[in-house]
Amino acid sequence: MDLLNTFLIGITAGTIYALMAISMVLVWRSTRVVNFAQAGMALLSTYFGYEAVTRLESFWIALPVAMIGGALVAALVEMILIRLLVKHSTSGPIAGVAPIIATLGLLGVIRSISAMIWGGQDLRIVGPVSNDGFTINATTLVFSPLKLLILVTVLVLMLILSVIFQKTNIGLALRASAYAPEIARLSGIKVDWVRTLGWALAGATGAVAGMFQTVNGNGTLSPDSIEFSLLLVSGFIAAVIGGLDSLIGAVIGGLVLGLMISFVLMYVSSGLFFIAPFVILLTILFIRPQGVFGAKAARRA
Amino acid sequence: MSLNVSNLTVHHGAICAISQVSIAVPTGTLAAMIGSNGAGKTTLLRTLSGLKTPTNGSIMWKGEKIIGLKPEALVRRGISHVSEGKSVIPELTVRENLELGAIWRRNAKESKESIDQVASIFPRLGERIQQRADTLSGGERQMLAIGRAIMAKPQLLLLDEPSLGLAPLVVEQIFQTIRDLTTSMNLTVLLVEQNAMGALKIADLGIVLNLGKIVAINHAQALIDDPAVRAAYLGY
Amino acid sequence: MHKKQSRDIVLFILGGVVLYFLSGVVDELRVYQGATIAVYVIAISSIILLTGYSGQVSLGHGALMAVGAYAAAVAHIELKLPIILCFVIAVLASAVGGALLGAAAARLSGPYLAGTTLALAIGLPSLANQFGVLGGEQGLLFDVGFPPLSLGEEFTQYKWFFWIAGLAALISMWAIKNILGSRYGRTWRAIRGNDVAAQLCGINIARSKILAFTISAGIAGLAGALLSMTIGTVSPSAFPLALSFSLLTGAVLSGITTLAGAMIGAVVLVAIPEIADVVAHRIGSSERVTTNLPGFLVSALLIVTVLFVPNGPVEQHRARKAKHLASQK
Repeated sequence: MDLLNTFLIGITAGTIYALMAISMVLVWRSTRVVNFAQAGMALLSTYFGYEAVTRLESFWIALPVAMIGGALVAALVEMILIRLLVKHSTSGPIAGVAPIIATLGLLGVIRSISAMIWGGQDLRIVGPVSNDGFTINATTLVFSPLKLLILVTVLVLMLILSVIFQKTNIGLALRASAYAPEIARLSGIKVDWVRTLGWALAGATGAVAGMFQTVNGNGTLSPDSIEFSLLLVSGFIAAVIGGLDSLIGAVIGGLVLGLMISFVLMYVSSGLFFIAPFVILLTILFIRPQGVFGAKAARRA
Repeated sequence: MSLNVSNLTVHHGAICAISQVSIAVPTGTLAAMIGSNGAGKTTLLRTLSGLKTPTNGSIMWKGEKIIGLKPEALVRRGISHVSEGKSVIPELTVRENLELGAIWRRNAKESKESIDQVASIFPRLGERIQQRADTLSGGERQMLAIGRAIMAKPQLLLLDEPSLGLAPLVVEQIFQTIRDLTTSMNLTVLLVEQNAMGALKIADLGIVLNLGKIVAINHAQALIDDPAVRAAYLGY
Repeated sequence: MHKKQSRDIVLFILGGVVLYFLSGVVDELRVYQGATIAVYVIAISSIILLTGYSGQVSLGHGALMAVGAYAAAVAHIELKLPIILCFVIAVLASAVGGALLGAAAARLSGPYLAGTTLALAIGLPSLANQFGVLGGEQGLLFDVGFPPLSLGEEFTQYKWFFWIAGLAALISMWAIKNILGSRYGRTWRAIRGNDVAAQLCGINIARSKILAFTISAGIAGLAGALLSMTIGTVSPSAFPLALSFSLLTGAVLSGITTLAGAMIGAVVLVAIPEIADVVAHRIGSSERVTTNLPGFLVSALLIVTVLFVPNGPVEQHRARKAKHLASQK
């Protein structure tokens, strides 16, 4: 029973990490920036969701509100900060680290602004269904209706995303601009706007990750919440496992990471909550430096 | 004259890549531009397609000044550029690469018709339509790159070294296709080539560029017969 | 070369003398801030060495500082070692940690390295809760003791902190300056500029990068031990992610390649909470805004600097002057 429990918890957490990883991959593909502020943007979107939940008392209205808010914030960030950054990206010692530093700065700005508006205390978001475990034959699982719902919703979202990417012109434009911006421009694609769109999609995806991470955790939200630190690190690690460039890789990376963390916490020690992802990351980078799905050259880019 | 370039000067930073170049290409003409490495041929094409901004001079296309317009705007005005080195996206399928060429028209029906048209010009592409582009041979990739440009229904086709790295038989086939397309679609073509002889043979107009300046411009056959050009670029 | 070195020594001694007299005339709060500035100078210069010279990013220097601080505290409490040896142990322990991290880092670049060290910065301090000897969430006491009586009755604790930190800062700046001027410094710059070319010149890139990480970590460890000296305790909460970010901000503000600029970054980091306080009072804002204004200012400053003066104010000024001179010719 423990085994099944650990597995299901890991898979649920993994799908949330996968969403976060997808949003980091979307940003990486559109502007070649690893966005360390992604979890911060998810935090802000979750606050939007919180506002909607308290006013309208419906999680299912709050979720799209958070997504739209997240998309708008991300689009604004791309248009204001990232375009400037690309324009000013000079040669010289700082050039390689400038995007990293800028997105870290953004993370700090978003955190402190959120704390200024909503304060440092815990705010509560009530999930749409109960997080009390299912009971089978008088044993209670940790796996709950809420976790099942998260699992299903995330899978549906991934399906929608993959249809957008594989079957629509917008998806084709997104992929072409990611792989070969010059050819995309010569084909008449307005690459600047496609990049903004990529960020917006990432913002919306991250918003879902933030909302679910909050209700799947202890249901509370604060600027310094542990859940979001975990989301920041796990999203990045899952994306790296997947090779940063691959959406399928991000999904698998998220699931693998979720399972590994879940098993380590269950069978090794529950105190390794934060250090486990780091060890997993190092192990994977040592075995396969380009990620599981990454191209060999990508790591040096 | 559909394409009219006058006194065009382009810089790469402080280095002058093209200086005071003037060219006129009438509609329906295949113009071949030859010259050694670093002569500025690629820079000229990149300027014409809007990838690079010139320092000076003017470019007129069908009576409109097009300097300062972006590539995505120029595609909508009928200018298609096939950049150097088999410009296809290896991660996409052949069909997706082709669809990309027509993406700005936002018309699924027209796009399908154009794919059929390209497949009839290049049957090999039709056979491999679902494969990823990185499974294609060098010649097939070049066909795909040209096919993508055709998908945009261009009036001016800018081709940068389509023969690069291809086997002689394939080169001949590609050149013949370019000649046929020019005539059948009434295209205006600017073909940049290192393979000077092959390019001049199919061209109407020949242009010789050296160190960023035009050194000769004449009927293609006249250039082939010119002893100076023969000695410098045709190698006999 | 010899002449230049002796001039440097004179300059550093002169700096020490100025600091000595300064500590005599300002009030207690300023002396304490002076000690903090000295700590930040050390920590920032470790980042400058790593990022500005060897081209590697670390968001995990807060964690390396924690390693140094815990090592010093354990050495002091468990082994009862004299305080000066505790600082040496802090340097050694974090250098070992840095060598391990550097071995992993040498295989990574850019965003991958940043993310890995970020994971470390978040993960490592929490590990302290796992071991009883490290004191859990409360942490350990780290008391360097009273100033020696020979310095006089008037000599305060803060002044003592300031002296120790100031001396440590002078020594480490002098050491770093010499390392950067040596063969190793040139090697790092070569790798940063073009690693393929450096490899073709016979430079062992991985070894040089690991060496840079090791030295940088050792210096960070010293800063960590000094920081906990000024606080009096070592605990996970003293080394939050925000500390790693602040150091990076300080380094960027200093100009990531300008060692002497470390002063600017350190002063700004210490001054920002005060500036924020004044601003918050002036606009009469709520407590929420007041507590979060410093964090906001640090982050906003980081973004603005990266966008508009990416190479730091000193370098920017130098470049402008050079341009001006060139145009006059």
